[in-house]
Amino acid sequence: MLVVSVYRYNPEKDSAPYMQEFNIDTKGADLMVLDVLHLVKEQDNTFAYRRSCREGVCGSDGMNMNGKNGLACITPLSEVVTGGKLVIRPLPGLPVIRDLVVDMSLFYKQYERIKPYLLNDTPAPAIERLQAPEERDKLDGLYECILCACCSTSCPSFWWNPDKFVGPSGLLQAYRFLIDSRDTQTRERLAELDDPFSVFRCRGIMNCVSVCPKGLNPTKAIGHIRDMLLRNAT
Amino acid sequence: MVTNVTNFGRSGLSDWLLQRFSAVVLALYSVFIVGYFLTTSDLDYAQWSAFFQQTWVRIFTFLSILSIAAHAWIGLWTISTDYIKPTGIRFVFQAVCNLALFTYVVWGVQVLWGA
Repeated sequence: MLVVSVYRYNPEKDSAPYMQEFNIDTKGADLMVLDVLHLVKEQDNTFAYRRSCREGVCGSDGMNMNGKNGLACITPLSEVVTGGKLVIRPLPGLPVIRDLVVDMSLFYKQYERIKPYLLNDTPAPAIERLQAPEERDKLDGLYECILCACCSTSCPSFWWNPDKFVGPSGLLQAYRFLIDSRDTQTRERLAELDDPFSVFRCRGIMNCVSVCPKGLNPTKAIGHIRDMLLRNAT
Repeated sequence: MVTNVTNFGRSGLSDWLLQRFSAVVLALYSVFIVGYFLTTSDLDYAQWSAFFQQTWVRIFTFLSILSIAAHAWIGLWTISTDYIKPTGIRFVFQAVCNLALFTYVVWGVQVLWGA
């Protein structure tokens, strides 16, 4: 029997959030955490969480499992359970809508702020904008982000200033467009980031790197942005 | 771009660079002064005073004092914007920090070049 303690909060009914325990029979199998949540929902169908693809592609089931953020669908019990107990909480630092469902507006606002699309002021070519294989290689380790918010919500700098600090996820994407050979707005993009909050609130503690379910390295990307700012400065 | 008026250098990049530069100065000064203590036996007032009569020692020491002030201001400003959300209280905290650091700098000048 696995003891699963889940965070419950329904603002329409509850005056405060509370933890609720469920005894789940895993039949000895090393299930994924998401499967365990389904078993919890079988016991109490008012329990709410987000999920979609159940294979680590859509990024909807980011949550805090025994203290560490990750995607429930690709996290096996053997990786997180200690002492026969599993504690599930919503992603930290974001307002809770209900149970494990969080309001990601600020996270998306920061993503929108870095203009996550190619900006190019040269005339559009007849077919497409070509890239050399070496230029394309620079995007590896950046474009794979699925915006699950595991990194940004494990970052204390994002907890304290989610309205000002872009956060690891947004900065990884900022660098993805700064380094793209087809983008011509590099200087304008950098000018938008040169304040004490947007990039420089990163203190390099690398929580983002340790939780990223796709194995990406936002801290490294942030270092590259700092280098670009420095090289562009006088 | 987030607008700021109270940080040290108006730009995140200059604050960041200054904090790194001042950290290097402080590291070098620490090694220098610890090295002096380790290599000087039976240190007395006359020796200590003569050591600080040298202009380059005074300049290096004053540079370190300025580095401490800048480093501490950037660090405390960062901490205050993280943890103190009410603007009024944050401004008071920042003003107190600034006043203390300014006092230390003036006091440092007095110690180094005073009687």
